[in-house]
Amino acid sequence: MPEPQPQAAATAPPLPPAVVLRELTRRFGDFTAVNRVSLEVTRGEIFGFLGPNGAGKSTTIRMLCGILPPTSGSGSVAGFDIASQSEQIKKQIGYMSQKFSLYEDLTVEENIDFYSGIYRIPGAKKRERKEWVIEMAGLADRRGARTATLSGGWKQRLALGCAILHEPPIVFLDEPTSGVDPVSRRSFWELIYRLAGAGVTIFVTTHYLEEAECCDRLGFIFGGELIALGSPAELKKGFPGEIVALECERPFEVLKRVEALPGVRQATLFGAGLHLTVDRAETLIPALREALPDLEVHLERIAPSLEDLFVSFMEARTG
Amino acid sequence: MYERLKAMLIKEFIQVLRDPRMRFVVFIIPAVQTIIFGYAVNTDVRHVATAIYDLDNSSQSRELADRFLQSGYFELTERVSDEARARELIDRGEVKALLRMNHGFGAGLIGGRGATVQLILDGTDSNTAGIVLNYAVRIANGYGSQLQLAAVQRAAGRSLPVHGVELASRAWYNENLESRNYFVPAVITNIVFIITMLLSSMAVVREKEIGTIEQVIVTPIGKGEFILGKTVPFVLIGFINVALVSLVAVFWFEVPLRGSLMLLFGSTAVFLMSSLGIGLLISTISRTQQQAMMSAFFVIFPAMLLSGFAFPIESMPEPVQWLTYLNPMRFFLVIIRSIFQKGVGLEILWPQLLALSIIGVVILTLAIARFKKNLS
Ligand SMILES: Nc1ncnc2c1ncn2[C@@H]1O[C@H](COP(=O)(O)OP(=O)(O)O)[C@@H](O)[C@H]1O
Ligand SMILES: [Mg+2]
Repeated sequence: MPEPQPQAAATAPPLPPAVVLRELTRRFGDFTAVNRVSLEVTRGEIFGFLGPNGAGKSTTIRMLCGILPPTSGSGSVAGFDIASQSEQIKKQIGYMSQKFSLYEDLTVEENIDFYSGIYRIPGAKKRERKEWVIEMAGLADRRGARTATLSGGWKQRLALGCAILHEPPIVFLDEPTSGVDPVSRRSFWELIYRLAGAGVTIFVTTHYLEEAECCDRLGFIFGGELIALGSPAELKKGFPGEIVALECERPFEVLKRVEALPGVRQATLFGAGLHLTVDRAETLIPALREALPDLEVHLERIAPSLEDLFVSFMEARTG
Repeated sequence: MYERLKAMLIKEFIQVLRDPRMRFVVFIIPAVQTIIFGYAVNTDVRHVATAIYDLDNSSQSRELADRFLQSGYFELTERVSDEARARELIDRGEVKALLRMNHGFGAGLIGGRGATVQLILDGTDSNTAGIVLNYAVRIANGYGSQLQLAAVQRAAGRSLPVHGVELASRAWYNENLESRNYFVPAVITNIVFIITMLLSSMAVVREKEIGTIEQVIVTPIGKGEFILGKTVPFVLIGFINVALVSLVAVFWFEVPLRGSLMLLFGSTAVFLMSSLGIGLLISTISRTQQQAMMSAFFVIFPAMLLSGFAFPIESMPEPVQWLTYLNPMRFFLVIIRSIFQKGVGLEILWPQLLALSIIGVVILTLAIARFKKNLS
């Protein structure tokens, strides 16, 4: 495991923040994929970058990793400027792209050997790191197998292993668990926690809300713009209004009826029922019972979840 | 530097050698191309289907007919006894040559008045006809007789005498074999150019297309290391191609290799700067392997046409001739042909090598400058 970065001691200057974005913008022609995003990630935290498909997560991460030049704004990783010092950044980071990008025609071991050569891992350490990756990815029996023959979960763990062979202090993971089964996803997050426990800064994008709950801090990006930033608890605390959960039969029909009621700001289908965003649950619950006398409904005020939060953000943006 | 380059090279070689299509391209295509080409340009005609129309039927006329048949170039299809049958055979294409000896042939020879023998050739394939004529001239002259030739061209099912041909006194008999000596070594330039340029551009573009390049460019690998990793394997493959084509040329077609092997491989190395430079340039403008392939063919055709491989540069219009000076293949072709046929060395070939070096350095510099270690 990577050693934790030495914390700011009396003699050493404090480490610069892991990641800083200042009005970072990327355009593709007329289209703005990332629009003036500003945020900071401190050392050792798990920062979740959350957003629906096409929100601009990958574009942001690519700019931070120095593989896509920004159109305007600035940013730094480990104190190095992303526009002018991308080669220094590359020594400090591990990156796992959204699409599996190891060589499928090479074997597990050949891929690891390739990246340890590229990262110039010294001879003695090479073996140790290779064994570590193989053990971590659970590939002891498949070391000679072509990478193309591995299933999704294995591929993702191998990709992570190759990305952190050189024990970088900052790791960028772009939707590392998309398309893998829930068990693999869980074991992948255990690996992320192991890394974070060793002091590694993790910048991870996802569109799974349950993964977002696992992060120390979250940024929510939508349509290229950062529209919320904070820890999951802070974000929920800042939720405007209260949530009433409504359980009933045929929620779709009920949705239309409750939407029209005064005091209901928003109603959305949620699992087998509805979530209503209201100004005051205390006064609305009796009003709802009155308005729906014909129905067997269960009403309860609940704490807002991240999903409630992001649904409301998105509704607010799209009108 | 060394450590990373080693990792790149190992990876590239595994990828090339593991892919059966790549193995085919690298090892089989050059040999097969050379063999096909060797036979395609083979102007050494044998076993020409021949009819004999002997009106004289003297011992002299029979003797000459035997000489024709025993030469190995002519093979008897039928002895005919009238004009109509002779025409018919030619018209149907059953024979390519008709040897006709008139009354008095033997007497003329004996009497020292000279004797004329007539050879009627199917001139449809003018190339073959020309060669057959040369054989015939030699045989006839060897027998002290004169050969009168009528070439016929079969057109619309009719035989039609085209022209009487003056006897060619020049013996270009040997040249038929030399045309192979001239063309087969030149295959080296085409093979090396196409294979190294195509493969090096594909090697980069394939990584772009599949996405593996994204994982490589976030590593601290230097641009130079990456480029070397993507070109050095193809330098080696270029050498393998030269060796393969030369082996086939020398041992299969018995083409003489008179010059130095050192110079052969040395000039190949210089030429590879251009072909790999163009390959890299193509990879900087292509996103998919298909685009790279299209761009490569866009370069290959003019480069081959303007190299002097098939069409002599001297007979091109002057502006086009100037254009050929930009073509690295032009210079490489002269070098290769001279090494094989004339066995000359640096003292003669240095201007070509110099030109090749300048073109190579310019193209390679341009390619490296354009090459970016990012996704934009
Ligand atoms: N190279 C590119 N050229 C043009 N448009 C792009 C390019 N890369 C991304 N985009 C566009 O930018 C937007 C954001 O993409 P991306 O950052 O991949 O989103 P996410 O990772 O959040 O799903 C998308 O609409 C996508 O189509
Ligand atoms: Mg993405």
